[in-house]
Amino acid sequence: MSNHVHKDYAGAKLGMWLFLFTEVLLFGGMFVLYSAYFHEYPREFHIGGKQLDVVIGTLNTVVLLLSSFSIAAAITYIQQGKKKLALIYTYLTIGAAFIFLVNKTIEWRAKFHHGIWPDSPHLRELSHGENIFFGLYFLMTGLHALHVIIGMVVLSVMVYFLKKDVINQQDFVKLENAGLYWHIVDLIWIFLFPLFYLVL
Amino acid sequence: MSNSTLSFWEETGNGRTGIMGWLTSTDHKRIGLMYLYILLAMFIVGVFLGLAIRLELIAPGRTIMDAQTYNTVFTLHGVIMIFIVVIPSIPAAIGNLVLPIQLGAEDVAFPRLNLFSWYLYVGGTLLALVSLFTGGGTPDTGWTFYVPFSEFTTTNVSVAVIAVFILGFSSILTGLNFITTIHRLRAPDMTWTKIPLFTWSLYATGWIQVLATPVLGITVLLIFAERVLGVGLFDPNKGGDPILYQHLFWIYSHPAVYIMILPAMGVVSDIIPVFARKPIFGYKTIAFSSLMIAFAGSLVWAHHMFTSGMSDTAVLIFSLLTFIVAIPSAIKVFNWTATLYKGSISVEPPLLYALGFIFLFSVGGLTGLILGSAGTDIHVHDTYFVVSHFHYVIFGGTGFGLFAAMHFWLPKYYGRMYDKTLSKVAFYILFVGFNLLYFPLFIIGLQGMPRRYYDYLPQYQDGHIISTVGSWVLALGLAIMFYNLIKGCLKGEKVNGRNPWGAATLEWTTPTPPPLLNFDREPDTSRKPYDFKGVTPDE
Ligand code: HEM
Ligand SMILES: [Cu+2]
Repeated sequence: MSNHVHKDYAGAKLGMWLFLFTEVLLFGGMFVLYSAYFHEYPREFHIGGKQLDVVIGTLNTVVLLLSSFSIAAAITYIQQGKKKLALIYTYLTIGAAFIFLVNKTIEWRAKFHHGIWPDSPHLRELSHGENIFFGLYFLMTGLHALHVIIGMVVLSVMVYFLKKDVINQQDFVKLENAGLYWHIVDLIWIFLFPLFYLVL
Repeated sequence: MSNSTLSFWEETGNGRTGIMGWLTSTDHKRIGLMYLYILLAMFIVGVFLGLAIRLELIAPGRTIMDAQTYNTVFTLHGVIMIFIVVIPSIPAAIGNLVLPIQLGAEDVAFPRLNLFSWYLYVGGTLLALVSLFTGGGTPDTGWTFYVPFSEFTTTNVSVAVIAVFILGFSSILTGLNFITTIHRLRAPDMTWTKIPLFTWSLYATGWIQVLATPVLGITVLLIFAERVLGVGLFDPNKGGDPILYQHLFWIYSHPAVYIMILPAMGVVSDIIPVFARKPIFGYKTIAFSSLMIAFAGSLVWAHHMFTSGMSDTAVLIFSLLTFIVAIPSAIKVFNWTATLYKGSISVEPPLLYALGFIFLFSVGGLTGLILGSAGTDIHVHDTYFVVSHFHYVIFGGTGFGLFAAMHFWLPKYYGRMYDKTLSKVAFYILFVGFNLLYFPLFIIGLQGMPRRYYDYLPQYQDGHIISTVGSWVLALGLAIMFYNLIKGCLKGEKVNGRNPWGAATLEWTTPTPPPLLNFDREPDTSRKPYDFKGVTPDE
């Protein structure tokens, strides 16, 4: 009967923003835990932070910031109707996400190598505060990495949509929303980085 | 009545028919009904578990099950009733049926997301059922999954918490969808002060769903992580703190109480004026108090933890805040009473159930004040007083609100009417059974009977016997009510015309049952939702 498809740009954006709120709150719960335990074990958190690799952390921060730029560029290009460039910059974003994950793996592997993983015998010998610090480190960066993976999947779907012209110069809200999602992944990392790598 | 449009029963809009027509339908009415069917089925399962609890407690010592079984039964009862039945009940089922039409919209803002939420709900429910039969046995932690026990019990908690996570996700997406719908899809001229109060209440609820549920999500994920990885965030032996778990849990679960109760209040606000044939008293106050409840209700979680160890200042503040939430609720009760005052009341079934709501919710709310003041709470904490309190609020409130909504709106969607006399009979049996079941629990709670105990001292037996008898009376009432509703929907007398109750909101201006895109002519938004001048029930 009805072939009419309603397109509501502002509605789609509003929905996405609400969803991003929920993502922030999801991590918010973990940040609450972090602050409570930081309050309880400030010294141990400091010691723990020293053992993380600031170089890799910084590198990953830069990678994510660049990826935020590249997805923004992709959106701008599709708005200008430059499909090819939009595609390239979306690929670049996915590539950055991949580099981030490679770094993360190297970093985690190094920790495992030092006998540090959740509930490891070595951790059990360390102080309570350090155990909690590394516990939070693995859980929070792990949850974040999971979001990076989800982001990669979402962006790959966007590539598909771009190729199929589902996303085009007139109708690009999907890519915009994917971009917003990617910015949130970036933003959360911007908070995680100082909390874990630079603990005072 | 124009017959040019087929009803949503006949027209799927996706080219499929039969069961696939339903399972792939993005029509909000079909989705609402699909929610309703599943959650009512699960409600019946939950009621049987509740009856089993009551039977076990009819006498001290072992009666029909052993202690471990008892633990799993009350855990299941709680998980099913809270996460699978009550939270989605009015918002997801009735809200989906009614909200878009009340706004004059053709559907929700994201119809496909709506269907996806339903699949998440079904998936979560199935997974919860899987947790019963797999792994180390049915969870036995209580629906609150309190640590450290939930970290170490060998029962299948891991699967159950993932189920809860998925159900929570579904709830978030429904809230998000409704908020966007209300902002974006109102008919021209449907200003904020013309939105019916039921939809207003869903707006406030939507915000709680979006803002509180993620915290539950992370909390249950953490339990899962703790069980799988043994990080020890909540385990004192490894430096963790179980109290932090309780904070996180209640930061969601107290606001969740308002996810359960606000929509029911909205239902009552829509029903009362129709059967008093008067505009609702204090429309704006009611709408605004919903938002106030949503806001203030998010700040009071720690009243569940007065006995867990908190600073005296914290106890004082949370106690005070708890009292403040009572104000907007009381405002609503006053407004409903004022609407009824000097109205020309016709006692139809929806009104009866709405009145039942007001009475039972008031009892629950007032006893909530006893729990909210730290001094008295320390005496009754974790006793049957609490069990009674929350059943008055949640079952007496949300449950009766849902029943009221079903009696009010189902004739619209099925085009048939149930037997009104029988539904009144069912109501009175339900009401008597309810009070017999839960009132004695206040008394034995005050006397010190702890909750979640399998066995008890003989001095509490009288109360338990009355309560168990009450549970059968209640079950009888439920059986009659469901029988009558089902029979009415399938074979009842056809509803004549669009507006059997003489209501003034938009859903009553559409054909009965409504067509796929809800309206067969431009919705008339010039009329206020509770302006009954010139509106008469279609006989
Ligand atoms: C025939 C109806 C019902 C009966 C006989 C019943 C009975 C009970 C009893 C005796 C308990 C106490 C278990 C304990 O603390 O050891 C209980 C707990 C509970 N009931 Fe019901 N109930 C019924 C309906 C409902 C409904 C409609 C809801 C919906 C909200 C509900 C939600 C709960 C919850 C959340 C608990 C707490 C479980 C826990 O503390 O872990 N019940 N019920
Ligand atoms: Cu509470």
